[in-house]
Amino acid sequence: MNARTRSDWMAPVKSGLMGGLIALLIAMVGLVEVSVKRPILTADGRILLSVGQLLLLLPIILMCYKAVQVFAAGCEKVTDRLGLLATGALSGFFASLVLAALVLLGRVINLRTVFIRASPDLFNTLTFGLGLGGGSVVLLLFGALLGGLVAAITLLPDRIRRPLVLGLALVPLAAILTSALFAGRGFSVPVALLVGVVAAALTFAWRQTQPKLQDRVAALSPSGQRTYQVFRWLLPVAIVLALPRLGAYPSEVLVNVGLFVLMGLGLNIVVGFAGLLDLGYVAFYALGAYAMAVLTSPEMTWHGIHLTFWQALPFAVLASTSAGIILGIPVLGMRGDYLAIVTLGFGEIIRLVFLSDWLKPFLGGSNGITRIPKAVVGSIALDNSPKLYYLILAGCVVAAFVAIRLKDSRLGRAWMAMREDEDVAQAMGIDLIKTKLLAFATGATFSGLSGAIFASKLTSIYPHSFHVLVSINVLGVIIVGGMGSIPGVVVGALALVGLPELLREFAEFRLLMYGAALVFMMLTRPEGLVPEARRKLELHEADGEV
Amino acid sequence: MALLELQDIHTYYGAIHALKGISIHVDEGEIVTLIGANGAGKSTTLNTICGLQHPRSGSVTLKGESIQHLPAHEIVTRGVAQAPEGRRVFGRLNVTENLEMGAFVRVDKDGIKRDMERVFTLFPRLKERAKQVAGTLSGGEQQMLAIGRALMASPRLLLLDEPSMGLAPILVEAIFDTITEINAQGTTVLLVEQNALIALSVASRGYVMETGSIRLADTAEALRNNEMVRRVYLGET
Repeated sequence: MNARTRSDWMAPVKSGLMGGLIALLIAMVGLVEVSVKRPILTADGRILLSVGQLLLLLPIILMCYKAVQVFAAGCEKVTDRLGLLATGALSGFFASLVLAALVLLGRVINLRTVFIRASPDLFNTLTFGLGLGGGSVVLLLFGALLGGLVAAITLLPDRIRRPLVLGLALVPLAAILTSALFAGRGFSVPVALLVGVVAAALTFAWRQTQPKLQDRVAALSPSGQRTYQVFRWLLPVAIVLALPRLGAYPSEVLVNVGLFVLMGLGLNIVVGFAGLLDLGYVAFYALGAYAMAVLTSPEMTWHGIHLTFWQALPFAVLASTSAGIILGIPVLGMRGDYLAIVTLGFGEIIRLVFLSDWLKPFLGGSNGITRIPKAVVGSIALDNSPKLYYLILAGCVVAAFVAIRLKDSRLGRAWMAMREDEDVAQAMGIDLIKTKLLAFATGATFSGLSGAIFASKLTSIYPHSFHVLVSINVLGVIIVGGMGSIPGVVVGALALVGLPELLREFAEFRLLMYGAALVFMMLTRPEGLVPEARRKLELHEADGEV
Repeated sequence: MALLELQDIHTYYGAIHALKGISIHVDEGEIVTLIGANGAGKSTTLNTICGLQHPRSGSVTLKGESIQHLPAHEIVTRGVAQAPEGRRVFGRLNVTENLEMGAFVRVDKDGIKRDMERVFTLFPRLKERAKQVAGTLSGGEQQMLAIGRALMASPRLLLLDEPSMGLAPILVEAIFDTITEINAQGTTVLLVEQNALIALSVASRGYVMETGSIRLADTAEALRNNEMVRRVYLGET
């Protein structure tokens, strides 16, 4: 290896400073302050590690990791172990230097006139409660140690490293989830150790036995293979069915996630399959909800019809489908940005129509429509979240089934060809008008179904529930999940709808975290969390890591 | 009766008068070429034939049936397929899927399979790369794929738009050999080219286009010997 030049040492310093600055930003906007009370690790009622502290650690860890990766890049096997450790430690040191500088500055001048979150509490958190002098030194040492540790972990052989990282990542995740779901107090040290060790051991064991298991399965008789497949599916299905057992609040969150999964599956067809960027998708959700409300609520006396949920459902869905086609016709000739703008306008028009005083006697205006009846199955009223969960789950399963079947169908092929090149698709014999309208109509149908369930879930709806942000949210769900990928929609909805619901203290930072998540995704994993194979290929063929 | 006949075609892009009264015909079994400079209206003529552009006046008849008002996707079903300018393969689909897209309008599974084999025989390179994503093919392979994809529609008339564009001379020769072979197997070809030399060497007749109208129409041999063509399009002094 050549003698390292100066720029080799600049890289970890830069990464470190960057990590420190991100941590600084997180602290200054107040994310740390709101979450420093939510425990992850506790001992005798004292918080050892809180979500707030973890938020400060994460960017530093990530940037140290990046520095180490840059160092290791280009070598087949890292020979310069000391250099690697030093790189990690250096970038960790510089990251904590930024935070130490903040503490110092905060003691000298009163930052709170501008940055109201630069509170003594924050400084206490940063200096481990050890005061200015000692705390700063400890902070710097801690940063260097953390960076070194990150570097050390990358040195471990793969079969140990993966279980270890997984165990380390799972502990805070599990602690946050349990504390959010069951108002728990985080994990005590022994519990955390237990969770981490068990997770790591299971991963280790799984990775050791998986190849053998696959051989065993391959050696099974055809009927044995079938049984294996059934059992392999049985467990996830059982878990999904048992989820409402977690309680009313988790079910509530899951129902909201479900509504977005349903919408996401629809928008995924329009945007992911057919490549038509629709920013007014909330319109169909609103139409489904309002159709349900108008047809079922006893408040709506002008038409003299009062249906039950199930009687109204086909009409609500049909209303959205027709709206999808009606919107589709004028925008048939539009592509890309133009289409996005027109659909954005359409979404707003629909909301304003529902809000208008002119239509108040028919649609309730700003007062909305209330007293929408709950759905009833047999003699059971779906009047709480655990019961509603099954309704939305059924909707999602049907929608996912339809989407999967469509994807591999002739129509799915036509959508794909149209997304790639409209002119050539047409020259191949694809009827663009029919194909586009079918995409809009299918997407709108799923959204309308979601809206109808939404209306009967809340029993009252107001125009402001159908803000343009809902459209953006759904789009975010499919971008984060992976454009065109059906499992991606579920993962995206869990990440963007489920997580923020669980971590209520972040409510006011929701959009900020949303933006940060999207930027981070675009930088590191533009194909989404669960990418469609084709898209992954396209995005990575340039760097040859297919 | 001619397989394809254009009579006094006028096509506009908005206010721009792109084709100013084009009349050409292609007989069954021929290779006919349209040569001309950039912007002469060659691609517009092809797009007018296959329905991606519609003429403001004039008629396009295929086997005596007028088709100028049909949408593009219906003209394909009548036996006209195009390999567009700049190849435009479906970059994210693999070679086999691209070929399958070419047969989108067909339902005869056996026929599609036979034609797939035929394309693979004509272009053995495509067979080697059957599972490769089209966007990662070389320019020559993409051109082969674009032609193969058009053949998958089992057309009576094959429209080729600048098949030599951006390819190395040796590849151009190979592609044109295959075009001759496709024609010998019974497909009529209308070929648009800027490379007049090679186009006139495979075609039986040719038209020379200039700024939206036909300047010359003759047999390929006569055009090769025409003084104006030699000077302007074959670069001889």
